[in-house]
Amino acid sequence: MGDVNEELTRFVSRGLTASVRSFVIGVVFFVAGLVLLILTILSIAFIPLFGLGIFLTPLLTVGVRALANERRKLAGQWSGVEIPAPYKPRPPMESFGVIGGWQRCRWVLGDPATWRDLLWLLASPVTLALGILPASLVGYGVEGILVMPALLPYLDGYHYGPGWLIDIPFEGIVAIPQGVLILALGLATAPVLLRLHDRFTRLMLGPTRQAVLDQRVRVLTRTRAETVDAQAAELRRIERDLHDGAQARIVSLGMSLGLAEDLVTRDPVAAQKLLAEARDASDRALAELRDLVRGIHPPVLAERGLDGAVRALALTLPITVEVDIELHGRPQAPVESAGYFAVAEALANVAKHSHATHVWVLVRHNGRGLGMTVSDDGVGGADPMRGTGLRGIERRLAAFDGTVAVSSPPGGPTVVTMELPCELSSPKTLPSSGMG
Amino acid sequence: MRVVIAEDLALLRDGLIRLLSAYDFEVVEAVDNGPSLLPALLKHRPDVAVVDVRLPPTFTDEGLQAAIAARAEVPGLPVLVLSQHVEQLYARELLSDRTGGVGYLLKDRVSHVSQFIDAVRRVAAGGTALDPEVVGQLLARRSTEEPLKALTPREREVLGLMAEGRSNNAIAGRLFVTDKAVGKHINNIFTKLSLPPSDDDNRRVLAVLTYLNG
Repeated sequence: MGDVNEELTRFVSRGLTASVRSFVIGVVFFVAGLVLLILTILSIAFIPLFGLGIFLTPLLTVGVRALANERRKLAGQWSGVEIPAPYKPRPPMESFGVIGGWQRCRWVLGDPATWRDLLWLLASPVTLALGILPASLVGYGVEGILVMPALLPYLDGYHYGPGWLIDIPFEGIVAIPQGVLILALGLATAPVLLRLHDRFTRLMLGPTRQAVLDQRVRVLTRTRAETVDAQAAELRRIERDLHDGAQARIVSLGMSLGLAEDLVTRDPVAAQKLLAEARDASDRALAELRDLVRGIHPPVLAERGLDGAVRALALTLPITVEVDIELHGRPQAPVESAGYFAVAEALANVAKHSHATHVWVLVRHNGRGLGMTVSDDGVGGADPMRGTGLRGIERRLAAFDGTVAVSSPPGGPTVVTMELPCELSSPKTLPSSGMG
Repeated sequence: MRVVIAEDLALLRDGLIRLLSAYDFEVVEAVDNGPSLLPALLKHRPDVAVVDVRLPPTFTDEGLQAAIAARAEVPGLPVLVLSQHVEQLYARELLSDRTGGVGYLLKDRVSHVSQFIDAVRRVAAGGTALDPEVVGQLLARRSTEEPLKALTPREREVLGLMAEGRSNNAIAGRLFVTDKAVGKHINNIFTKLSLPPSDDDNRRVLAVLTYLNG
């Protein structure tokens, strides 16, 4: 019995919510949309006529877009129909004057999404109909149950019901089952119609294939430029490190050796001292080269893959790091390297800022790519906008369409979640299965 | 003493052969790739092997893997592993069979000839020779876990020098204390790490292993 009641309550509340929502979006977006549509058409017409349209059109477009964005948001919130905004990004423009107005006009009118928005406004009678239909059914049903039997004796010519006209007071009682049926129909169809409504909206307001591709190209262009810049900067750094470090030390080593060669018969003691200096220079050159190599591509990463490299790194940190990495195979070398440096950077951040005593590194392949999580028990409050470390991780991963998300409330804990799309090669190439 | 060498770069291989021969080692075989290393080690059972971590054909860590595999067959087979970089992780793996006779050094150390030869002899005798760089990484960590937490900073320093393979006498010289003081520190370390009484060399290896795993 309780189950049936619960079921009924859910059915009614779902139907009521959906019909109210449908009604609100139908009416509000119809009225607001109609006003904006008329104004926009007028202002576009005014562009050649009075020039006033140059200033009005972009302003009205802002209004149209706000309205459309609100509708997109509601579709996501109410029916789970995600509608991404399809607009082109704002190009650099003058802020004021006729030139600025003209540039803004060209920007908004040159964007097909603007015209699709207007088409959506033009179709708003359809959405109005879709919107008020369930609400009307519900309302009519309620009328049949409550209002009709009570009012019939007092009103002349008032009748109820599709098909069977009820106008004799006694028959008022028959209106009730009809009302119940109509109400049930309204409640049942309301959620379906709302979803249909939102699907229709996605058709009108969602990005076209072209727009999706355009957006993709924009993202790729940006990340490629950043990657190229970062690589060029990296090469410059390596060149400078080699030039000022190892190269200079090897030059001084050669000089020490040459002098020692000269002195070896005349002054063996001095020659010995020079040879010791030469050996020192070679030690330091090697140490610098080692550091440099570690920064370019850690040898242990080449030898052991992500798992071994992160474990080796964890051993050198002053905090307790628990490493849980389970990968059946290895990603491509550039992806593996990006993943390693992202985790290394995240761990370095933890060691530097978090005051944590424990860090957990979790890496899995989730079918689409590497999911990497670095969490700590530190003080939290890490701001992704401020830290250059996090920005660096983002740039590294973006080159491979990877992403990073940070959750770090004040007081902790901090959780850095990184995604790196890739495929794994067969585990046969894993070195650990080679020997021993 | 009979030595097997594994090094793929001809220049370094010849250098090592020349160096070791000059100090009265007999180089019984010098291989230049991973797959032929394990058979060579098992065939000659040398007094000590000097092995490069990274060897052909995959240029990853086959030298290390072959050394570990050989020691699984011949427990305690002395191996000195050389590399362009050192990792605490690899040191652990090498020492994990708890038998000693393990060295793990940067290739740079070869140029300090007498120290390098000392290290080869120490490893051949069943001792350890960990690179100061590995020990440095260990000292940089603030160990908060049992049983290393119980050690005083001085004892940790002594343990580090033990890991490098230095004698009590050398440790005393380095820390400007008497041999007797070093002996006392070492006994304290053994007690605090609760190492069962056995011969001194083996206890040293176990202490170093505890240190690496801490």
